[in-house]
Amino acid sequence: MPTIAVLRFPGSNCDDDTRHAFAAVFDARACFVWHTERELGAVDAVVVPGGFSYGDYLRSGALAAHSPVMGAVRAFARRGGAVLGICNGFQILTEAGLLPGALAQNEGLRFVCRDVFVRVEATTPFTARYRPGERLRLPVAHHEGRFVADEATLERLEGEGRVVLRYVAADGERRPDANPNGSLHDIAGIVDERGTVMGMMPHPERALEPLLGSSDGRGLVQALIDTAAAA
Amino acid sequence: MSGGTVASVPALVPRLPVGVVAGPEQAERFGLAPEEYRQVIAHLGREPLAVEAGMFGALWSEHCGYKNSRPLLRRLPTTGPQVLQGPGENAGVVDVGDGWGVAFKMESHNHPSAVEPVQGAATGVGGILRDIFAMGARPFAVLDALRFGDHTTARTRYLLDGVVRGIAGYGNAIGVPTVGGEIGFHACFEQNPLVNVMALGLLRHEQLQSGTVGEAGNALVYVGSRTGRDGLGGAVFASADLSEASAADRPAVQVGDPFMEKLLLEACLEAIEAGLVVGVQDMGAAGLTSSVAEMAHRAGRGVDLRVDLIPRREHGMTPLEVMLSESQERMVLTARPDQVAALLALLRHWELEALVVGQVAEHDRFRLWEGETLVGDMPVAPLNEAPTYVREGREDPAVRAARAYDLRALPLPDDAGAVLLRLLADPGIASKEAVYRQYDHQVMTNTVLVPGAADAAVLRIKGSRRGVAATIDCNSRYVYLAPRLGAALAAVEAARNLAAVGATPLGVTDCLNFGNPTVPETYYQLQEAVEGLREACLALSTPVTGGNVSLYNQYRAEEGPQAIHPTPSVGMVGVLPDVERRAGMGLRREGDVVLLIGAGEPAIGASSYLWEVHGLEAGTPPALDLEAAARLVNCLARLVQDGLVDTAHDVGEGGLAVALAEMALLGGRGVDVEVPPRLAPRWDAALFGEAAALALVAVPEGRAADVERAVAAVSLRVERLGRAGGEDLRIRHRDAPAGGIDLTLERARSAFESTIAEALAT
Repeated sequence: MPTIAVLRFPGSNCDDDTRHAFAAVFDARACFVWHTERELGAVDAVVVPGGFSYGDYLRSGALAAHSPVMGAVRAFARRGGAVLGICNGFQILTEAGLLPGALAQNEGLRFVCRDVFVRVEATTPFTARYRPGERLRLPVAHHEGRFVADEATLERLEGEGRVVLRYVAADGERRPDANPNGSLHDIAGIVDERGTVMGMMPHPERALEPLLGSSDGRGLVQALIDTAAAA
Repeated sequence: MSGGTVASVPALVPRLPVGVVAGPEQAERFGLAPEEYRQVIAHLGREPLAVEAGMFGALWSEHCGYKNSRPLLRRLPTTGPQVLQGPGENAGVVDVGDGWGVAFKMESHNHPSAVEPVQGAATGVGGILRDIFAMGARPFAVLDALRFGDHTTARTRYLLDGVVRGIAGYGNAIGVPTVGGEIGFHACFEQNPLVNVMALGLLRHEQLQSGTVGEAGNALVYVGSRTGRDGLGGAVFASADLSEASAADRPAVQVGDPFMEKLLLEACLEAIEAGLVVGVQDMGAAGLTSSVAEMAHRAGRGVDLRVDLIPRREHGMTPLEVMLSESQERMVLTARPDQVAALLALLRHWELEALVVGQVAEHDRFRLWEGETLVGDMPVAPLNEAPTYVREGREDPAVRAARAYDLRALPLPDDAGAVLLRLLADPGIASKEAVYRQYDHQVMTNTVLVPGAADAAVLRIKGSRRGVAATIDCNSRYVYLAPRLGAALAAVEAARNLAAVGATPLGVTDCLNFGNPTVPETYYQLQEAVEGLREACLALSTPVTGGNVSLYNQYRAEEGPQAIHPTPSVGMVGVLPDVERRAGMGLRREGDVVLLIGAGEPAIGASSYLWEVHGLEAGTPPALDLEAAARLVNCLARLVQDGLVDTAHDVGEGGLAVALAEMALLGGRGVDVEVPPRLAPRWDAALFGEAAALALVAVPEGRAADVERAVAAVSLRVERLGRAGGEDLRIRHRDAPAGGIDLTLERARSAFESTIAEALAT
């Protein structure tokens, strides 16, 4: 059975939810790795969970990106290991330079918590369980989720098919009011050049059980377990 | 001092503490009336030192000592088989089955929010969360009840925006979902808004903690933020009227640090689970003074506290300042001497500052030391037993006259649809989506019914079939016009809201927001409201397991004192035996039969309709038959729990028409009903009148007869009103102009959704 490392920074608050997602909902092995660790141990995939690491008092994710454990994550990613950053985790991965671009304050300058629709735009190890073009209903909850990057970076991301998830309306079409935060190109999730490091603002771990309103996030979690099992 | 050793305390030789003596004038500045000052002297056998007078003043303030409310609060029922912890600890706890308990409590942060809305509200959240995890429970939901002035004024918009940002900023960061609550608006709250925050926590029965020092020899451990001059005298500040000068009290408002609190939360729960603590207590109002005094009192012990060891943020703080600081995110833990080292190591792993600052003694005194020097020495019991006052209350004749106002001659409106649109846009009724969008209501992945989806929030318990429901309710206008009836109606509404999602009510936490108790008209409101709450809680079998009292919600304006509408917020918690069997309020299916169930007749006295359309704050709130109201609660909860009903909504403010519109808007489908004229003597009362025991349910045709039978079996009214479906709101009444209401859902939606969004627009 593969082991998923869930990083834990002071101020992480989706750490328990993420572990629950893998361990209780899917019966995989999930372990916490504290931010001061320099080694990940024998793990097959890494999740950087949501929250307010270090209180997000500087820039979201900026301090966490420099914590000791991130050195180990970088090495893990260099070896081709799968790394998924969710919400604050996405912010941390961009601050750490593992993903391009940055997450700026939402256009409305307020925290946004609601369900959104995203469209699967690319086939990657993370989205292997979905059909291309499939529309997912997932919750977002963030204050800094507006993906920004310079024109050249955006062009590369689009050209290389690295935009994995895009905000769309309920009918699957792109529309300004379907974008909850003003992200450029309606970007909700991207991967790195190798396609093994992914960051996304929506919370798949909150959309696994029909009891909580949506189970559209199951494919993402299951795909990460698949990838980890093959690692 | 290094970790692992208990603070050294000088040998206990009787001696007098050293310091500046406080005279009667200085004592009065600490909130001690001349007679109370004399009592302090009697307890001490000498004049108090300044620090002692300050500590007595803080603990004897209304906020900590309940000196005007305690005799009244004793009237409230507090026991029941489901109560695991009644009043007197950091929070009450009820049994929800399968070995799980829910700790819950509500507190006010009104005065701080009036002068600094963001931090005032944020620290309100922080404080109540600490009360919950001090019980050994993991906080898993926050609700808040808010009141503001007229929603169009610049001040209200500033306060609303700030309070919402404060709640969001703290709750979202610490990762506890904000799942519900209520917001009301009335000019009487313009200067003195209400911010009541309720938190719930989940614990296994065996994890239940007490805020006690335990045995002599135990160590007092300080953990968390350093102590600064912020929040100095907060308890006293909260126990006086607000005025223009209150802005100068801004230093009495503290600043919250949810990041620090998250560490404290995790560390404390881990320490409790590891069995390393004897007692836990939050440093809330009156800081170290109240936390240590209360813990000592619960154990019947004395304490020796080394004031000089308390970590400080600023230089030159006096013992008085240290003892009264209300710096946030600080806790006191007590530990057995042999476990201190392990406890400190655990706390430091979470990167917290933690150290031993004193120890539990054989004596019964609260002694303060600076090194070898005794700087304060007070008996523990009197500190915790504020003198109480029973006052004379009398009803304001103007309120009596307003209540007796003859509504029979009131003209009938000429367009029922226009009335409904006005009510849907009333800020008290209008959608609060623009507010709760800013709250993370899903973190912790337990939220089953999100804000706005049902009459109460519903959370699952991981690893159990059970669910927990919670709500806060109070109609301030009802309580203003008839305090006893209004308070009882608040409890009844809360119970009805829980029943409407399928929960059996278990217990209550109350937050009593009133004006100045030395004003006889205000005292009367308090007295009567407590009595009404007592009657309702007895009828509903929902004991009051804790809460808080916020008096002096009065603004000293130039033209005379302006008191708020009395607002006894009722926070209620219930249990769903099977969380899969629950009800939301949105209409789910085309063709569902819409049924009205309950007892009593809707009436327009004290209603939102009367206020919004006729500009009147008058009449009597809905007549209440407590026995019938309790029967409806049981019946409704049972209908959902038996799997007969999955769509239900309480008939509340705005009456039947508003309730139907909300069910339609939430479900995204229309409704077509015929309201029977026999429901009320006037058509406006039938459509917009309010009631104490009515609810709507919607069920597929095949189940309607079963529901009718079940409701009739408990001698409640059941009326088939019509069906769900289509794109329009059709609420017909034979006597209404043009036969009643016929609106598109879209028109209703734009009325319902714009008011609060506009109030929050920047």
